[in-house]
Amino acid sequence: MNKNTKLRKFHQAKWDEPIIFELGGKGERGILMPVAEKAIEAEIGDGISKLPAGIVRKKAPALPEIGQMQVLKHYLRMSQENLGADLNVDIGQGTCTMKYNPKINEQFAASHQFAELHPLQDESTIQGMLEIMYKTEHFLKEISGLDAFTFQPGGGSQAILGMATIVEKYHEAKGEGGKRDEIITTIFSHPSDYAAAAVKGYKIINIYQDENGIPDLAALKAAVSDRTAALFITNPEDTGIYNNKIVEFTKIVHDVGGLCGYDQANANGMLGITRAKEANFDLSFFNLHKTFASPHGCGGPACGALGVTRELAGFMPVPLVRFDGKAYTLDYNLPDSIGKIRCFYGSMSAVLKAYAWMMSLGDEGLKEVARIAVLNNNYLLKKILQIRGTSAPYAEGKHRIEQVRFSWEDLEKETGVSTFDVTCRMADFGFHMWSSHHPFVIPEPFTIEPTESYSKNEMDEYVAGLQQVSDEAYETPEIVKTAPHNSVIHRPKDDTLEDPLKWAITWRAYLKKCALGQRKRI
Amino acid sequence: MGGRVGLKGTDGPGTLESAILMGARPESPERAIRAMKRLGSLKDKIQVITCPGDMGENPARNCGFAPVVIEFSTPGRTTAAHTIMGAAAMLDQKVDLLLFAGGDGTARDIYQAVKDRLVVLGVPTGVKMHSAVFGYNPERTGDLALLYLQDKAKHLKTAEVMDIDERALRSGQVNANLYGYLTIPFAKGHVQGLKSGSPESEQYRQQAIAAHVIENMEDDVFYIICPGTTTARIMERLGLDYTLLGVDLVRSNKLVAKDLNEAQLLGAIDQQNAKIIVTPIGGHGCLFGRGNQQLSPTVLRTVGRKNIIVVATRQKIISLRGSPLFVDSGDPETNRMISGYFQMITGYKDKTVYRVVY
Repeated sequence: MNKNTKLRKFHQAKWDEPIIFELGGKGERGILMPVAEKAIEAEIGDGISKLPAGIVRKKAPALPEIGQMQVLKHYLRMSQENLGADLNVDIGQGTCTMKYNPKINEQFAASHQFAELHPLQDESTIQGMLEIMYKTEHFLKEISGLDAFTFQPGGGSQAILGMATIVEKYHEAKGEGGKRDEIITTIFSHPSDYAAAAVKGYKIINIYQDENGIPDLAALKAAVSDRTAALFITNPEDTGIYNNKIVEFTKIVHDVGGLCGYDQANANGMLGITRAKEANFDLSFFNLHKTFASPHGCGGPACGALGVTRELAGFMPVPLVRFDGKAYTLDYNLPDSIGKIRCFYGSMSAVLKAYAWMMSLGDEGLKEVARIAVLNNNYLLKKILQIRGTSAPYAEGKHRIEQVRFSWEDLEKETGVSTFDVTCRMADFGFHMWSSHHPFVIPEPFTIEPTESYSKNEMDEYVAGLQQVSDEAYETPEIVKTAPHNSVIHRPKDDTLEDPLKWAITWRAYLKKCALGQRKRI
Repeated sequence: MGGRVGLKGTDGPGTLESAILMGARPESPERAIRAMKRLGSLKDKIQVITCPGDMGENPARNCGFAPVVIEFSTPGRTTAAHTIMGAAAMLDQKVDLLLFAGGDGTARDIYQAVKDRLVVLGVPTGVKMHSAVFGYNPERTGDLALLYLQDKAKHLKTAEVMDIDERALRSGQVNANLYGYLTIPFAKGHVQGLKSGSPESEQYRQQAIAAHVIENMEDDVFYIICPGTTTARIMERLGLDYTLLGVDLVRSNKLVAKDLNEAQLLGAIDQQNAKIIVTPIGGHGCLFGRGNQQLSPTVLRTVGRKNIIVVATRQKIISLRGSPLFVDSGDPETNRMISGYFQMITGYKDKTVYRVVY
């Protein structure tokens, strides 16, 4: 790769690696535990007999039995078969806000001052951590305009579940609990707004977009009633289009007595620009592991910081952090609280990293994040639309916020090469282009979100990848249709993934389904 | 092409012995050849049974196949009768796939002959076709046929057979009417409007809709079940016999009558509570006036707008590409009454607000 060629040669490591349950052998051990000292044994006996009978295992767990060195090799090989934010240009994972997670923040989280904290310590001994929680909450209050935050939700979807639980409790308190059983969302809001509300037992009403790509306001008017519990909405939606009628939306819902929940899991284009408060939202949440530079996904742990207005603060999960000017305390005294939604206080390492990130940037720096993220996105919008076969449905000619849901529909019609084919081929150049664009409203979708972290060179490299695949689709489509050629595996067969009788997310389920003849053992 | 709306989870054929090509229109051979060429790799593995001359034999030979030709005379220009005759012969031969080239009219002829008894796929030869039984273009159709014959496209789906309503055309309107359903193979990425990567199958959605509808049914109310595969799932879940293209009547989970016409409907629901369960036509969006004319303006007014339950899978809504649903009942006043927003049932405890225009 040099200045003239943007696209690099790449070939991923490919290990024919079994999963760990298939490795090792009976009796192999990674660690041999030392025998207890005589004095200890004399005090507590064999240990096991001290446990309550109900929790003593009848037989040993069926864990892999394997030596330490083999475990290490196994996971190193697996890591070589992966792509990730620290390895490749990860802007093809739109909606996920894959930004740089500063490594110094990892050092803070690994420091003994943090790592050795115990959640059951006395408040007086964890004043530093409580101060970080309190100040992070304060920052989020400034950013959103809301009045109280909790860090308990272990991710965005759990934060939405938390919003739905507060909504439920609020209507119950007003004597309308049974009646208000509908939550309204939009088709381009994040699908978790639908899913988490449905998990809570709410009926869901979906609003489609109008011809401009923003949710149909008249449809909302036809959706609301005295059964409306809340509106859960993303803005900008997953298309990257900002709903400039959002204040009308919240008013329509408030007018019938419903609450408004703002999904700001991804607020990367909005920091310092707009706030939940000014759009009259009652609840909102931020994913610290997205916008606030704490690592995302499997690099987590995640935290969906959930905020509410003063009117709803009494329903928050406990405890909340208080400060009386001298000391920080944990306040459990909220009689209307929905209770705990996660053990202890949430993912404190995510809070610590978000705090460090915000402190390093300051208020102007946070605003700059949003500006650069939007600038990068609109640069990519222009570059990608120059590639044959692409389009960006809705809001033609207009800027987007932090991401764009593009379409390969023209490419697919003209060459038969689908988004899935392009995704497979991009892997040959070391690019990840993920496959979740739910619900699949836009034909042959792909979603790109560059955030503020990527350099122009990196974005150009990704565009060169898309350009190359488009050229191949028109000239030598078989290369794309049979891709990947340089990646870990060839095409996954998705019919297995779609059949509940065949897929298995645990080894135990896999063995069971094989035994029942529902799937073949590989 | 068909399959705008997903899977019908039926397994494909086990082993395949034959494939069929039938070009039914004079303009079809060139396009039939383009599709047929994609089956080249199966040349020695499948038997091609076809009709004489341009109705299949010539394109098949052009692509290097040695077809078995069904003998019947086709002097001069072939007609619909020849298509029907040919398709009926394919049915007798129990072919694995009936591949035809043509347009909506040909699809109707094929439907008349085979109904749902064969797996069928259309090579498109017209400019604009309304039926959902065609591939995007000849090459893509050929690719899908290849996948099916290789047992790689394992799912089948029912796809609408539609044609221009000639009565409406004479009055200056271009509107397609629903004539029936053919069974087509289905594979991701080969089917227009189908989203690669989506795990949601239409069949599960239809089951969820049926569960929701049945759970909310009231005793002693007549439910007028309109045509379509989405409404058919309700009848199946209730364990009731039904007509896919007709209007059936249900009360208290029991079948009252099947395949009613307007007069029978009005007679049955006379002065009693009735609700209509209707699904729009996929990719087209007609709610009333195409394929369900039994639901006349009088019936619609008698039942009333608030008693109309619209059901649709999400895939069906997506297939509309943002266009609203429409109603063309034949009476402007009734159309106006029906128009506006409906809270359609789109899943279990799942509704979608969508606009109906006229």
